[in-house]
Amino acid sequence: MNLAFHGPMADGRPKLPGSLHVNRRLDQWLLLLPGGQVVVTPGKVELGQGILTALAQIAAEELDVALPRIRMQAASTPGSPDEAVTSGSLSVQESGMAIRHACAEARGIFVGVIAQRSGVSRDDIVVRDGEFLAPDGRVLGSYWSLAGADLLAVEATPGVTPKPAAERRIAGTSAPRLDLPEKVFGAPRFIQDLRLPGMWHARVVRPVARGARLAALRDGPLPGGATLHRDGSFLAVLAPQEHHAEAAALRVASRAEWHATDTLPEDAAVEAWLEQAPGEHSVVLDRAAETPPATHRVAARLFRPFITHGSIGTCCALAQWDAGMMRIWTHSQGITNLCADLVKAMGLPAEVFHIQHVEGAGCYGHNGADDVALEAALLARAHPGRPVRVLWTRAEELGWGPASPAMLVRVEAEADAEGGLLRWSQQVTSNGHSGRPGRGKLPTLLAASMLAEPFAVPNAINPPLAGGGGAQRNAIPGYRVPAMNIGMTHLSDMPIRSSALRGLGALANVWAIESVMDELAEAAGADPLAYRLRHLDDARARDVLTRAAEMAGWEGRAKREGFGYGLAVARYKGSGAWCAAVAEIEAAERVFCRRLWLASDVGEVINPDGTLNQIEGGAIQATSMCLMEAVRHDARTITSDSWEAYPVLRFSEVPRIQAAIIPRPEAPPLGAGECSMGPVIGAIANAIADALSVRVRHWPFTPENLSKSLEN
Amino acid sequence: MASTRRVAEAPPGSIAFNLNGVAVAAPIEGEAPLLAALRGPLGLSGTRFGCGAEQCGACLVLVDDQPSYACTLPVGSVAGRRVTTVEGLGSAAAPHPVQRALLDMQAGQCGYCLSGIQIRAVALLRETPRPDEAAVRAALDPHLCRCGSHNRIVAAILQAAAEMAP
Repeated sequence: MNLAFHGPMADGRPKLPGSLHVNRRLDQWLLLLPGGQVVVTPGKVELGQGILTALAQIAAEELDVALPRIRMQAASTPGSPDEAVTSGSLSVQESGMAIRHACAEARGIFVGVIAQRSGVSRDDIVVRDGEFLAPDGRVLGSYWSLAGADLLAVEATPGVTPKPAAERRIAGTSAPRLDLPEKVFGAPRFIQDLRLPGMWHARVVRPVARGARLAALRDGPLPGGATLHRDGSFLAVLAPQEHHAEAAALRVASRAEWHATDTLPEDAAVEAWLEQAPGEHSVVLDRAAETPPATHRVAARLFRPFITHGSIGTCCALAQWDAGMMRIWTHSQGITNLCADLVKAMGLPAEVFHIQHVEGAGCYGHNGADDVALEAALLARAHPGRPVRVLWTRAEELGWGPASPAMLVRVEAEADAEGGLLRWSQQVTSNGHSGRPGRGKLPTLLAASMLAEPFAVPNAINPPLAGGGGAQRNAIPGYRVPAMNIGMTHLSDMPIRSSALRGLGALANVWAIESVMDELAEAAGADPLAYRLRHLDDARARDVLTRAAEMAGWEGRAKREGFGYGLAVARYKGSGAWCAAVAEIEAAERVFCRRLWLASDVGEVINPDGTLNQIEGGAIQATSMCLMEAVRHDARTITSDSWEAYPVLRFSEVPRIQAAIIPRPEAPPLGAGECSMGPVIGAIANAIADALSVRVRHWPFTPENLSKSLEN
Repeated sequence: MASTRRVAEAPPGSIAFNLNGVAVAAPIEGEAPLLAALRGPLGLSGTRFGCGAEQCGACLVLVDDQPSYACTLPVGSVAGRRVTTVEGLGSAAAPHPVQRALLDMQAGQCGYCLSGIQIRAVALLRETPRPDEAAVRAALDPHLCRCGSHNRIVAAILQAAAEMAP
C-alpha cells in the first residue's frame, strides 16, 4: 500500500509487486465473467489523469484479451484492494504492477487448467482474446467458460513472469481514454451528477474567520422548506431543491454572529512569519567533504506563498444513514484513509461505513474532497434514511480547502575558480505538505474542529524522504556536489490548513536549485546547458536535458529584445521520472511564457498519449502557478475565494508546448503526473533572468515581485 | 426527465421553453437560475456548476444561439426561448464535429470544463466558420481549464472548423 508514505514493505512475506504485496488474493483484483468480460477492481481512482485506461491496458495485455472486454470498476470500501491514496505519480507502479502480475498469474492458472483437461502441453497453448487455442487451432476453452470455477480465489505467488516488453501489444499504445466520451457528451458521470431518490441538497455556512465560534443565530424563515443543522459551529442547511439550499445558506449566514479573532499572519507578512514561526528543524542530508577554497559563492533566498488546487468543479459528497449503515459517495483520493478519519470524527465503528468512489473534477492533490464527505455524513446521520448531497461553493473551494503551504528556500552554493561545484546548502521552511486523513490520532477533516465537541486540528506532516518527502521533496540537488547540507524546518503553527498539492515541495525546491545553477554557470562564464551537463553523472538526466535543448534549438537561440530562454532539469522526488524543460518567455506588461519544450523519461510508458497529456498539463498548471498564483488573506480569513481574486492562466496566455518522451520500454514505470512541474518553473525563472537580468526570488513572478527581487 | 412535460403552455408555477429541440416546462420559480432548472427538475446534468459568478464558463449554454451563463441567468428569462445544452449538441451515436474532434485529440483530462467549452466553440464557429488559432484562444478566454488541456482543445476546435467549413 502507498509506498509514497510507508516506504518499501519488509514484513517477512515474499515480495510481490506494487500493491499486490498487501492485497494478495487474485480475486481482489480481477473477476472473469461468463459473458466475456473482465472486471478489474483497482484501489486507485480516476482523477482525470487517465489511470483507469492505463490499468485496463495492462490487464488486457497480460490476459491476452481485447481491451473492450475490460471493465474498470471504481474503488469502494469494503470491496476494493486497499491502495491507500491515489497520489505521488505512483499509480502505475503500485496498482499497475499489481494488476500486471495478478493478470499474468491468472492467465497461467487458466492455461494450466486447460492443459490438464485437454492434454495439450501448456507451453503449446496460445491465448487469443480470451480463448485458449491448441497448436492445430482447436479452441480448448476460454476464460469465460471457466469463469464459474473460482480459480482466482488464491493468493498471488512470487516468480510469475509477465510478458517481456517486446511482446506487448496493448500496454505501450495510445488507447483512447475510457471515461472521456461520457465527459464530452455530458452524460452523468461526475459525482456532482449523482442523484438519489428523495435526496436533499445541503450547503454549509462557513464562519467569517478561521477558528471562529458561532456565538448566536437569529431565527427566521427559510425558503423552500429548508432545514437548519447546527452542531457547535458546524452550520448547514438542507432542502429538497438545490437552489433553495443555496438561498437558505445565504440567509442563515446573514443571521449568524461569530466570535472571531485574528489567527493568520497578514498577507504581506507571510515571508516574515515563515522566518519567525516556531518549528522543528531536521537534517535531510548531511555529507561532509574536504573541499578547496571557493571562488564563487551564490546565496539565494526564495519565497513561495500559499497556493491552492483550484478544481474547476467544486467538492461534493453524498451520504445516506440507513439501517445502521453509512453509505458515502465521494471523490476522495483515498477512501480507506477517509474511512479511518470518519470513524474518529463521528465515533462510529468502521464496519458501518460503505464508501464508494465516484469521479470528480481534477483535484491535483488533497483538496476538500475528504472534508465534504464528513459534512455529508454528519448531515445524513441527522436525517436517517434521507440521502444528502453536499456541494461546496466556489468560495469554499478556493477558501476552505487545504492550501499548499508557503515556503522559504535558502540556498548557499560554492564553486571553485573553474566553476566546479564544491558545497551546497539548502534549507527549506514551511508547514507540512500532507494533512491527508487517516494517518494520525486526530481527524484532519475540516468540520471535525467545528463540532460541539471539537477535535484539535492536527498539524500537517512531511512524509519521510524515502516515501517522497513533503517540504523536502527534491531539496537534494541531482548534481555532483562533494559537500551537501540539506535541512528542513517544519513549522508547528498552522494558521492555514495545509496539505498536498501536485508536486508538493518539489516546485519550490527545483525552482531554487535550478536558479542557483544558472547563477553559478554565469559566474563561471559557462552556458547553463554545458554547466549542468558537467555536473550531471546521471545518464538519464543528461539524456532528457540534451533532448530538450535540441528540441528548443538551445545552442542556436537568438537574443531578442523582450524575450528570454531558460532551462531546467530534475528527477521528480529523486526517484521518479526525469524531465527537462526549456522555456521561452516574453517580458511585456507582465511575463508570459510563450513556448515550452519538454523531454521526459518516465521509464516504461503504458499510454504514450496519456503520458504526454499529463506532462503537458502539469507544465501548463506549473506555468499558471508560478506566474500568477498566490492565496490572498487578511488576518482572519482567505480573501482569494473567487476566480477574480485567484486568477489562473487563460487560453490566450498558455504556452505552446512541444513534448517528447524518451522510450525506455524495458525500464520500470515511474509515473508521469508531476515530473514536468518543477523543471518548467525553474526554466521560466531562468528565462526571466535571461530577458531582464533579474533573479526572481518571489513567487508569483509578477511585475511587482520582479521589482522586489531587483531591490533585494 | 421524469418531471418534464411536453406542453406548449407552462402549467402554473413552471417555466416553458424549448430545450434541445424539445418543448419542456420546468416546475421551478422564475428567479431560480437556469442551471438549477437544467440540473434539477429537467434532469440534464451536462451543464456544470463551477463558480456561480460567470467567471469560469463551466455552465455555458446557448439561449437563442447566444452563449449565456446558466449559473446566473434566471430561468424565467428563457420562457418561450430556445436553450441548447451540451446534450443537445450530439451524442456518442451522432457526435457533433466539435465533440468528435475533442475525442480524436483526447482533448481533456478531467473533462469538467468541456461542456461549456463546446458550447462556446459551437457559437464561435457559427459566427466565424474558419477562425485562426488566436481567435479560438480569445473566444475561449472566459473559460477556465485547470488540467492544462488548453492546447489540445484549441487544436480540436480548429480541426472541427476545418471539417465543418472545408
